[in-house]
Amino acid sequence: MCLAIPGKLTQWINRDPLFATAEVEFASIRRVCHMACVPEALVGDYVLVHAGVAITRVDPAEAQRLLDDLQSLGTADEWPPEEDPHEIR
Amino acid sequence: MKYVDEFRDPRRAQSLVREIHGRVSRRWTLMEVCGGQTHGLLRYGIAEELADAVELIHGPGCPVCVTSLAAIDLAIELACRAGTIVASFGDMLRVPGSRGSLADARSAGAAVRMVYSPLDAIEIARRNPTEQVVFFAVGFETTAPATAVAVQQAKELDLQNFSLLVSHVRVLPAMESLLQQPDARIDGFLAAGHVCTITGYEPYDKLADQYRVPVVVTGFEPVDLLAGILECVSLLESRSFEVKNCYSRSVCRDGNQAARKLMDEVYEIIDCDWRGLGMLLQGGLRLRPEWRHFDATFRFGGCSLPVIETPECQGGLVLSGRLKPHECPSFGGACTPDRPLGAPMVSSEGACAAYYRYRGAPIDATLNAVSD
Repeated sequence: MCLAIPGKLTQWINRDPLFATAEVEFASIRRVCHMACVPEALVGDYVLVHAGVAITRVDPAEAQRLLDDLQSLGTADEWPPEEDPHEIR
Repeated sequence: MKYVDEFRDPRRAQSLVREIHGRVSRRWTLMEVCGGQTHGLLRYGIAEELADAVELIHGPGCPVCVTSLAAIDLAIELACRAGTIVASFGDMLRVPGSRGSLADARSAGAAVRMVYSPLDAIEIARRNPTEQVVFFAVGFETTAPATAVAVQQAKELDLQNFSLLVSHVRVLPAMESLLQQPDARIDGFLAAGHVCTITGYEPYDKLADQYRVPVVVTGFEPVDLLAGILECVSLLESRSFEVKNCYSRSVCRDGNQAARKLMDEVYEIIDCDWRGLGMLLQGGLRLRPEWRHFDATFRFGGCSLPVIETPECQGGLVLSGRLKPHECPSFGGACTPDRPLGAPMVSSEGACAAYYRYRGAPIDATLNAVSD
């Protein structure tokens, strides 16, 4: 029920505050999502979508911070070479 | 997929597992609040992998499981009315009420539609102007804003044939209720990350301080779950009873202001009956009086038949962390996902369904195999 999936906002469709919608890309699938709860999102932002409604923007700096914190846990040879953790795989 | 794959990385997960084992001086008992987290912990073998370091007990965070039997019975009764369509999420359709489920009613000819979003129910109402469309609105604070948007759209569109059966519930009162039980044995909470995207985590400060229990806002991917567990045991080891946020890419302290405003306009807080847990003070939401013409109970009245709980289902004990699903005598025999006795075996977030589906998977195999 509380499942939410991150997707990339590719295009605003309707900027009306109550009826706001945007096209959001999940992997290779694009869906129209309701945006009334995240009106500040910009094209290129990642948003978390739950029940067809975007509920928050994903903060890339905070995502990186957690991954950086984890890097300090393991010894260097246990970790892969530097990579872009945000690249789309 | 960005923001998913890197948080399912087996090397990062194994590193966290090692760190957790090295950090604990005793075995701690943590409760993950959300059923989505329960499924993650079971699916990726995390609960089993950490069994020596932490006991993970599963919380009440499965909205479908805690929706009152009276509400389900009423939804079924409304669906059986001539000229009425009841719409709800897929999980909700399969939960047994006193006399079968919404899916059973649909098989018998009732108008029941499965929807992905409350906004889909608005579309059904627009396309069926001669039918009354009732959206059976269940879910925690994660889902309540979507319903709030739907009813505000219905008002703007002057949809006379749309109404709501609101069964939205609030997580924090349930957490407090569990801590007040005489047999409570929760050392720390992994708070439900997606609920916190809306509510923020400031409301947990008082709980952590009053009950001396750390609360860690935690996400759903394996690395998120393990990072939340590590933070929680670290707080416990240092006897620090604070609120920490390990899901900061999606959650900020004050939550989502736009969503909270939409909710405040539409709902008021009420005491609420949680299936399995009983009446919880301030445990639920209902439409404010100025929105009551969209309230299906106001429009159509309440349930006319008595509520009958299945005596064999131990769901209340499971939802409060007192009983592990596999310890229930009916588990896997009289009660399976195909023939559930109660809601926790039905829902995609129910603890019983998670045990039935995933229990026994080793962490290496699971983490390496699952990349979808």
